Amino acid sequence: MRIVLNGKPCDVARERLDAVLEELGYQGDTVATAVNGAFVGRRVRGETTLGEGDQLEVIAPMQGG
Amino acid sequence: MTAFYGVELSNRLMLGTAQYPSPAILAEAVRAAGVDVVTVSLRRESAERRDGQAFWDLIRALGVRVLPNTAGCHSVKEAVTTAEMAREVFGTPWVKLEVIGEHDSLQPDLFGLVEAAEILSAEGFQVFPYTTEDLVAAGRLLDAGCEVLMPWGAPIGSGLGLNNLYGLRSLRAHFPDVPLVIDAGVGLPSHAAAAMELGYDAVLLNTAVAKAGDPVAMAAAFSQAIAAGRAAFEADPMEPRDMAAPSTPVIGKAFLG
Repeated sequence: MRIVLNGKPCDVARERLDAVLEELGYQGDTVATAVNGAFVGRRVRGETTLGEGDQLEVIAPMQGG
Repeated sequence: MTAFYGVELSNRLMLGTAQYPSPAILAEAVRAAGVDVVTVSLRRESAERRDGQAFWDLIRALGVRVLPNTAGCHSVKEAVTTAEMAREVFGTPWVKLEVIGEHDSLQPDLFGLVEAAEILSAEGFQVFPYTTEDLVAAGRLLDAGCEVLMPWGAPIGSGLGLNNLYGLRSLRAHFPDVPLVIDAGVGLPSHAAAAMELGYDAVLLNTAVAKAGDPVAMAAAFSQAIAAGRAAFEADPMEPRDMAAPSTPVIGKAFLG
């Protein structure tokens, strides 16, 4: 299945968001997620399923003013 | 001491974490200034590079409180979603709410700001809104649930200081009990001291320290200036006057022709 990860096309085998994050190598990291522009909390990642073309944002801390 | 959503700070300087020459210099500047609060942000994370994880480890090691921002957000939806993500990542209800309305000045969109503040306050966030000195907007932000206001001194990153002294003095006078933080535009320790002498409760800055030739020394200088400015405010400064008034007593002066 092809999704859009942080603005770039990306092929993933899994569908559940928590599994997709693991597949992409984010397991254990401090990240937050949004799917198609809506925040998806950590606790509901296991109940959230991605579909073809979905836009996944994975964000993390960075420097800010 | 002023409380920000019930939290008393030992240092009235809040420091941004961006644009330093290196992470080590950032850490040293935070320690030199002795700040309690640093601002942080969120960006896309690459699973290969994991830059965000390294930065977060650095901040956690400093043992400071974080104030996540919604920098770069130009719509209410974007700002609200960013705040929601920040709360989960950083584990704090604090958010420095920025809804930018104009590209050249990075002036806040006050209408969007009020709308986003209402939504986030209802969701349990403790909102620090980046606003202007506009009195009406200030009132609306307080009505929306904000307990702190953060007016700009000048456009972000400009270093121009306090552009509208009348407006800032007016804001302080209209809302004497609301914690007010000057956020943005401060370039020199004298600007920060002037803000504190006006009775502002804290100053938030980033570029003036990060882009100084010696960020560590400048961080310490700002910390000292802010402490001095606050002490001066509490000491009740004299009223200025137009004409000279001799400070040396003239009574008993010798008559020498």
